[in-house]
Amino acid sequence: MSRFQVVSGKGGTGKTTVAAALALALATEGRRTLLVEVEGRQGIAQLFETESLPYEERKIAVAPGGGEVYALAIDAERALLDYLQMFYKLGSAGRALKKLGAIDFATTIAPGVRDVLLTGKACEAVRRKDKQNRYVYDYVIMDAPPTGRITRFLNVNDEVAGLARIGPIHTQAQAVMRVLKSPETAVHLVTLLEEMPVQETADGIAELRAAELPVGRVIVNMVRPHLLDEDALRTAAGGRRKEIARALTRAGVTGSAGLVRPLVEQAAEHAQRVELEREQREVLAGLELPGHELPLIGEGMDPAGLYDLATELRKQGVGDGVGEGVGQGVDT
Amino acid sequence: MTQGTDADTATDRATALAPALDTDALLDDPGIRIVVCCGSGGVGKTTTAAALGVRAAERGRKVVVLTIDPARRLAQSMGIDSLDNIPRRVSGIDGESAGELHAMMLDMKRTFDEIVEAHADGERARAILENPFYQSLSAGFAGTQEYMAMEKLGQLRARNAWDLIIVDTPPSRSALDFLDAPKRLGSFLDGRFIKLLMAPAKMGGRAGMKFLNVGMSMMTGTLGKLLGGQFLRDVQTFVAAMDTMFGGFRTRADATYKLLQAPGTAFLVVATPERDALREAAYFVERLAAEEMPLAGLVLNRVHGSDAARLSAELALAAAENLDGVGIVDQTAGKAGLRDPADWSVVSPEAVADPDPSEHEDTEDREPDPEPAPEVATRTETVTEDASVEQLTAGLLRLHAERMQVVAREQRTRDRFTALHPEVAVTQVAALPGDVHDLAGLRAIGHRLATGSTPAGAA
Repeated sequence: MSRFQVVSGKGGTGKTTVAAALALALATEGRRTLLVEVEGRQGIAQLFETESLPYEERKIAVAPGGGEVYALAIDAERALLDYLQMFYKLGSAGRALKKLGAIDFATTIAPGVRDVLLTGKACEAVRRKDKQNRYVYDYVIMDAPPTGRITRFLNVNDEVAGLARIGPIHTQAQAVMRVLKSPETAVHLVTLLEEMPVQETADGIAELRAAELPVGRVIVNMVRPHLLDEDALRTAAGGRRKEIARALTRAGVTGSAGLVRPLVEQAAEHAQRVELEREQREVLAGLELPGHELPLIGEGMDPAGLYDLATELRKQGVGDGVGEGVGQGVDT
Repeated sequence: MTQGTDADTATDRATALAPALDTDALLDDPGIRIVVCCGSGGVGKTTTAAALGVRAAERGRKVVVLTIDPARRLAQSMGIDSLDNIPRRVSGIDGESAGELHAMMLDMKRTFDEIVEAHADGERARAILENPFYQSLSAGFAGTQEYMAMEKLGQLRARNAWDLIIVDTPPSRSALDFLDAPKRLGSFLDGRFIKLLMAPAKMGGRAGMKFLNVGMSMMTGTLGKLLGGQFLRDVQTFVAAMDTMFGGFRTRADATYKLLQAPGTAFLVVATPERDALREAAYFVERLAAEEMPLAGLVLNRVHGSDAARLSAELALAAAENLDGVGIVDQTAGKAGLRDPADWSVVSPEAVADPDPSEHEDTEDREPDPEPAPEVATRTETVTEDASVEQLTAGLLRLHAERMQVVAREQRTRDRFTALHPEVAVTQVAALPGDVHDLAGLRAIGHRLATGSTPAGAA
């Protein structure tokens, strides 16, 4: 699998959850992963039920087999100050700039500059090595902006090209772009088995491809269990109510007569949903991308649920050794 | 908090505490001129806005729905799939005293361009429109969409051509963005740094500003190095060109803000009965109160219910297990398991004693066969039918148990919200199995919104 995993998806599909589960799943066998967020929402902290993340890489979870998950909330202003410090040793002058609103200004007026600072920080973590020349993080997973904005967000070069034509920001944009367009990166899209998110996923993939950004996998989230097979459902809709009433009575349910209609109606709704889900699965299959399916965690997401999802991802082959995986063929 | 078996008590409590939101009264009130639908992403804001629009129009009002990013098929169903930034009349609005429904989809860049064109003369307008910073800002600034939505709302209101404007809010990273962004863009364009960039010379003569001026040249030097000299020259050109418009931006941002606080405006917070969505909704309710903006209530979308709510999840699962065991029980006990002999008499003991019902699944298809079958065949069919009825019924019961678990979970989530904000009126929209993308679907949602169609078993 690519070392830089970017996770996007329509709002409400659970992309933060999937990114976190992926970070856990990839942190097996002593590996270390970094989970980054870029939208200042503190979604990671909420998910892991810890206090707000600072602008600092901090260990937030351990995975089975001694793996570690670090997390970082990237802040564009702080990232810009970092750069100023790195390139110009600004020190207190940097703080003065901030006070004047210059940093806010520079990161606000040019969204491309803001984005290049955010992606640049993540790319730096992807490439960072320790003294033994080993990568500090085996994988960096980004909880990225939603599908509608992901291509613009990642396509920083185009965004910045017209603004900063020379200088370190320009150079930085080009360096970031090289990482983002390489097989080192994979952009995954999270969806639900519903029409709108699936449509948006298809549109998002087309945009990413047009921008020559590497599309990774489609991850279907919150998949609900199928409790009845469809043939049985058709039968249920087909007028066996008296028999069902009798069976209910035999099973010890009192007043079964009044229950048959709602039970059969619920089954019919279920059948309709199953049918809609089947249609959406077909649309997704038409995208010809590798994918995963994650179950709905009924009781709402908490750290235990995250571990369950990570286990599920591992079962589906995520984290089986570095540099290989179902998605490899299309990552480039 | 309430758990499992306490669900009934919780239901009673929530019903007692949360007042009902009467959306029809809201839509019928001629004093209400603007309804803003807000909430986190993916909760059905756009659909709610569109459904309210259809309902209000069919109840006689002249309505315009401003949508930000509608799903394609929803937009098509209203005839606004072209992004032309102009309200279009929606056909198919029914009713004896029907008014009109218009709908439009926001084009944020064009809205921004229009403001520039309206407030700057030809030469200056062109300089702004061609500036790379303007292009970047108008297409991509995180708050531009929010700002332009509010700008458009102000424009529509000023035209006074509709008696009700229903506005959907942008799919922000946080529901609060749409309140913050206009102010942020306003204060940004009005900011200290921009003033410094524009007029360092003005301050040169004032002793107190000397330091700033030194800081200024150091800073422009630094930023120039970092971003390239052209960057700052472009910024300065842009800022100079926008200069005349700053007052306008600021004034209109303030005017729109006041419009949102006015009594003719009503906010509807939209959520689903899920933890994250309701947490956002709670933040939003608090924020609206802090900003003195009028909240009409909470629309809770995709609520599950059951008409068989008196059968609890636990009992349903237990009954399903009984049915799983029925084959075995009956093999040994014959009719011992029967509790309804009147109806049961058609089945012979041999039939009940079928050892493996699943083997007969194929014969299932022949069931409707109207031909009188020979004695043996009839008996076989009865066996099959009965065995699969056990399976089918067990399946129905398990499905019901799952539904009841969902109902209970949603109720707990909702209870937490109600406990925090007991004053917020609520209407619930029962979950539909599929997506809505036609007027009939919107009409159905509108009906559910109006009746609060409290799904049975869910408060």
